[in-house]
Amino acid sequence: MDAEISLRVDGEAHRLTVDTRTTLLDALRERLGNTSPKKGCDHGQCGACTVLLDGERALTCLALAVAYDGAEVVTADGLAADGELHPVQQAFLDRDAFQCGYCTPGQVCSAVGVLDEVRRGWPSHASPDLTGDPELSHDEVAERMSGNICRCAAYVNIVPAVQQAGGQAS
Amino acid sequence: MKPFAFARPADVAEAVRTVAADPAAVFLAGGTNLVDHLKLGVATPDVVVDVRRLTSREIADTADGGLRMGAAVTNSELAADRRVRERYPVLAQALLAGASGQLRNAATTGGNPLQRTRCVYFSDVTTPCNKREPGSGCSAIGGYTRYHAVLGVPPTPPGPTAPDTCIATHPSDMAVALAALDAQVQVLGPHGERTIPFVELHRLPDGDPSRDTVLEHGDLITAIDLPALPLAVNSQYRKVRDRASYAFALVSVAAALEVADGVVRDVRIALGGVAHKPWRATAAEEALRGAPATEESYRAAAAAELAGAVPQPGIDDGNAFKIPLVGRTLIAVLRDLTPSEA
Amino acid sequence: MTELVEPRAMGRALVRRDGVQKVRGTATYAVDTPVDLPAYCHPVQATIARGRVTAMDTTDAEAVDGVLAVLTPFDAERLASTEDAEYAVLQSDEVAFRGQLIGVVIAETSEVAREAADRVRVSYAGQPHDTELSADRDDLYAPGQVNAGHETDTAEGDVAAAMAAAAVTVEQTYETAMYHNNPLEPHATTALWDAAGDGFLTLWDSTQGVHPDRAAVCQVFGLAEGQVQVICPYVGGGFGSKGTPHANVMLTAMAARALPGRAVRLALTRQQMFFLAGYRTPTIQQVQLAADRDGRLSAIAIDVVEQTSKIKEFAEQTGVPARMMYASPSRRTTHRLAALDVPVPSWMRAPGECPGMFGPEVAMDELAEALAIDPIELRIRNEPEVDPETGKPWSSRHLVECLREGAERFGWAGRGPRGHRDGDWLVGTGVAASVYPTLRQATSTATIRFAGGRYVVEIGAADLGTGSWTILPQIAADALGVDVADVDARIGDTRHPVASVAGGSSGTNTWGSAIVQAAREFRGTFGTDPHDGAEASGDVDQAAQDEDHAAYAFGAQFVEARVHADTGEVRVPRLLGVFAVGRVINPRTARSQFIGGMTMGLSMALHENSVFDTRIGQVANHDLAEYHVVSNADVDAVEAYWLDEHDPYVNAMGSKGIGEIGIVGTAAAVSNAVHHATGVRVRSLPITLDKLLPALP
Ligand SMILES: Cc1cc2nc3c(=O)[nH]c(=O)nc-3n(C[C@H](O)[C@H](O)[C@H](O)COP(=O)(O)OP(=O)(O)OC[C@H]3O[C@@H](n4cnc5c(N)ncnc54)[C@H](O)[C@@H]3O)c2cc1C
Ligand code: FES
Ligand code: FES
Repeated sequence: MDAEISLRVDGEAHRLTVDTRTTLLDALRERLGNTSPKKGCDHGQCGACTVLLDGERALTCLALAVAYDGAEVVTADGLAADGELHPVQQAFLDRDAFQCGYCTPGQVCSAVGVLDEVRRGWPSHASPDLTGDPELSHDEVAERMSGNICRCAAYVNIVPAVQQAGGQAS
Repeated sequence: MKPFAFARPADVAEAVRTVAADPAAVFLAGGTNLVDHLKLGVATPDVVVDVRRLTSREIADTADGGLRMGAAVTNSELAADRRVRERYPVLAQALLAGASGQLRNAATTGGNPLQRTRCVYFSDVTTPCNKREPGSGCSAIGGYTRYHAVLGVPPTPPGPTAPDTCIATHPSDMAVALAALDAQVQVLGPHGERTIPFVELHRLPDGDPSRDTVLEHGDLITAIDLPALPLAVNSQYRKVRDRASYAFALVSVAAALEVADGVVRDVRIALGGVAHKPWRATAAEEALRGAPATEESYRAAAAAELAGAVPQPGIDDGNAFKIPLVGRTLIAVLRDLTPSEA
Repeated sequence: MTELVEPRAMGRALVRRDGVQKVRGTATYAVDTPVDLPAYCHPVQATIARGRVTAMDTTDAEAVDGVLAVLTPFDAERLASTEDAEYAVLQSDEVAFRGQLIGVVIAETSEVAREAADRVRVSYAGQPHDTELSADRDDLYAPGQVNAGHETDTAEGDVAAAMAAAAVTVEQTYETAMYHNNPLEPHATTALWDAAGDGFLTLWDSTQGVHPDRAAVCQVFGLAEGQVQVICPYVGGGFGSKGTPHANVMLTAMAARALPGRAVRLALTRQQMFFLAGYRTPTIQQVQLAADRDGRLSAIAIDVVEQTSKIKEFAEQTGVPARMMYASPSRRTTHRLAALDVPVPSWMRAPGECPGMFGPEVAMDELAEALAIDPIELRIRNEPEVDPETGKPWSSRHLVECLREGAERFGWAGRGPRGHRDGDWLVGTGVAASVYPTLRQATSTATIRFAGGRYVVEIGAADLGTGSWTILPQIAADALGVDVADVDARIGDTRHPVASVAGGSSGTNTWGSAIVQAAREFRGTFGTDPHDGAEASGDVDQAAQDEDHAAYAFGAQFVEARVHADTGEVRVPRLLGVFAVGRVINPRTARSQFIGGMTMGLSMALHENSVFDTRIGQVANHDLAEYHVVSNADVDAVEAYWLDEHDPYVNAMGSKGIGEIGIVGTAAAVSNAVHHATGVRVRSLPITLDKLLPALP
């Protein structure tokens, strides 16, 4: 069954027809040709499909496109829309925080979300004190980034990259 | 995936009417469990009714000093709420121990407790499963039982072909905390509103493993209430899993403890990963109330709760280890919650 | 001895050339390639482990609006070659393992393809299946050889006599689990058959080698190489599983042929990868060590039992590292296989060495414990002067230096026989050695062209995240004697000269050798002032292939493990490796390879386990939620160091290969550290809390 929806993707407005079954990930990749978010598992188990959805990090493989009619999506590509890399992207380059690069757009979007969540004072499982203000310690960043699997295992470079982008010396 | 119609009703009443009218209609909230199951063929609705933007996304103070958590409040927002972090740390910790940051941003207060089991056979439509396909048998009996139940299961395993057996566990972390906190579930159903104690929401397989909860078709969770529970200030959620993050519980413990003069005044305990439902540990609680707040009491309480536990044989030695594991974890949590002067 | 190229660009930590595309997500992986109006495939898989498909009713599937074609074994085209049974997709009604491909739906959208595939109704005549690996089976057999052409069995001296006579012995069984490579990018292909003429097939395929990939496709479809182009500029990880094509590639090519002129896409789902994309066999290793009181070995033996599929043999060379690692007068290695109704096993990062350095390196720790000798000292005492297997001198062997430098950096000195307790945690440390052969493939050609003032290097090489895009220009720049900024690389396309597979840590050694030859040809022909369009090619220099030395990379891994005293949860706050790998061409990308390999070894040690349900003949936990790979929170400090090693015998760069050695030995080091912390010897991977719980306080 088809439905017409509108999406704003990386700053550009789109009207498109999707199957009600189409996920946001497939809408982006297969309908709009934006292949920046990747499909690693299609079941919420890897994080490769992460984008910023209405400003928050989200998995697009478990979101039905129809349910997000009118949403604003920013992909990793859109983070560098004006041609200049986002500080998180620059930090990933500087720290060699990837190898094959397949998890990377998801990691980058997730990291942007993490920095925002930390700024808002959200706690994590690794927070030593639930009521305090979180810091960008190794454990905090590693826990918060754990929804992004990197099979190449660039984790020890990803954490400092996120810290660097968050403006912390490390 | 089967085709389905997508409905976004104007309000919750219409949503309930729409689902109630069609046995093959379902509610959709964050979608992190439902969409997964649509793809796997585990859920095959004709109509998907989006309630994510219909139910409340507020966390409100209630008259009795508790909190009302709207069904659309996300797991992230709930865990970040100051009142939850200060007054119900066990709940914030349980939420933060679950899934991943991205998933918690989508997962909702209404959807989380209604997520379905992670039993690998339930998720695989090519294998028999009484929960997914009543009467087809239980592939988990004698199979991969590492994540399966040890409490609330028959003392002698009925065999894989028994038509109503199920040894699945409920996978939610949040639900374990809610079970410990005496939460109440606000439901709008085809016949109006009602309140269900959270501990009565989930059920044991009891002849019909296809039903995880007591909700009837068309029942919508609109909110979950937390009572004022002063002892919850001293509470903790401890999750034990096979990797440090982004993994479901092998076992978990939610507990709140009040000790005065070295004696347990009051206590709430629920266990996760061990049963078809979040397991309120009433035997342990009873053993503890009025008992000295000592390691010995804690050990006795764990033993009392686990007396009826039944290990499930299976691949790689089955899940017998979960019985000592959950006992040890419970003792450790209680030890942690015991004030040092006690 | 080879003339080593003088390093100027080599050795510099240049930033990845494909980095910007990767952080933006604009690098085009196999199904990212923009094509006009692609059609989407969804496979149909067998749900029995053995038997026959008696009928497939596709009526319902075909009736779904948007379905373009449904292929089954009953109507699919006949392939030119069915010699390789893994590739013989839809060629017969026989089912050899659960999850085997038995059909495919091609449709206008991915949603329709998936729905229609679900609607194909299949009838089977099932037969009892046999999928249980055990060392007690009476039908274990010795394969003709094991992977990479190694001998199946070797024997020297008398192990039994040495065991009987020795002061101290270790005799234990060790097990590694079944592992799935699980690159994050699924096995994925876009295929387009040109309708005109004899037909031309373009494949955008996720592969570790475009040329080997093409060769396999040509063989299966009976095509000339000129009829097929394989393109793969980026690979989202492979770890061996994309080193040879799997059946999905053949299925996609077949599906595309049914729709000439239309590009079709097929990406395996994560779940399907557990059936179709290869895996590492579980291994059962019986290890024997005999030593005198000083720890000098008199016998080393490893008898390996592992599995293969009935339709295609793959024999992991698990016993091979024990043949050369330590000096010992008596040695025995054997491999026995059980042929089962299971999917086809294949390469996974460091086949042979990875599982084969688990048992022996834990056994060495057990021996050290029995002798009360420091485990590093024990290894040093058994250092062989020449390769015990061939008697050849080493091209270079600096294991002892790796152990010593690692001990220094890690703070090994003063380590007692038992770990200590720190609050709720039991803390211990462990060490293990690692090894990987230095390989170079025979075939690869590079072309260098001077155009518009720049040097363009072309070779069909692959970059799986290994850094080829960046390091091949470094090699070329030094071989040409020019600034690396003036060199461009073109890789990942069969239009470029032939390249060997990125496997066996041989890619850089092989392609680099060809590039150096091409550069020498180029300079020889055109001098230092070439005309625009000047072009020269070079092949891997066969004459420079050293046969007189045994060439291996070595390393030592150190681990700190913490075990929770209440729950048995294991954490590894520190993982440190020191490697001797010849010349490191790019320290930045090399470091990522080492830490990636070591972290994957940690994953193997603590988490990974494809739980095989023999009742139904499939992996029970076949997705990434249940098959745990290491997550960010499981990893803390991972440090990789390397010696400044010069090896003049291996190749013109002096490089030994770095992609695999990091994973080798790591799991043993973790197990040894956990033993130090708890007193529990975990001989069967993974090291999960249930195995430690009974021994906790
Ligand atoms: C990889 C992965 C890992 C995860 N790990 C964890 C974990 O460690 N711990 C954990 O607790 N959870 C975990 N989860 C599960 C996650 O928490 C749940 O999927 C989520 O909480 C469900 O909420 P939702 O709003 O997305 O529900 P949906 O998917 O929208 O709905 C779930 C079910 O509830 C019904 N429903 C939804 N809202 C209502 C309502 N208001 N009234 C009545 N019915 C309703 C739906 O019909 C559906 O049946 C994980 C999920 C994934 C994919
Ligand atoms: S593709 Fe969405 S989480 Fe893996
Ligand atoms: S860089 Fe390859 S998966 Fe992360």
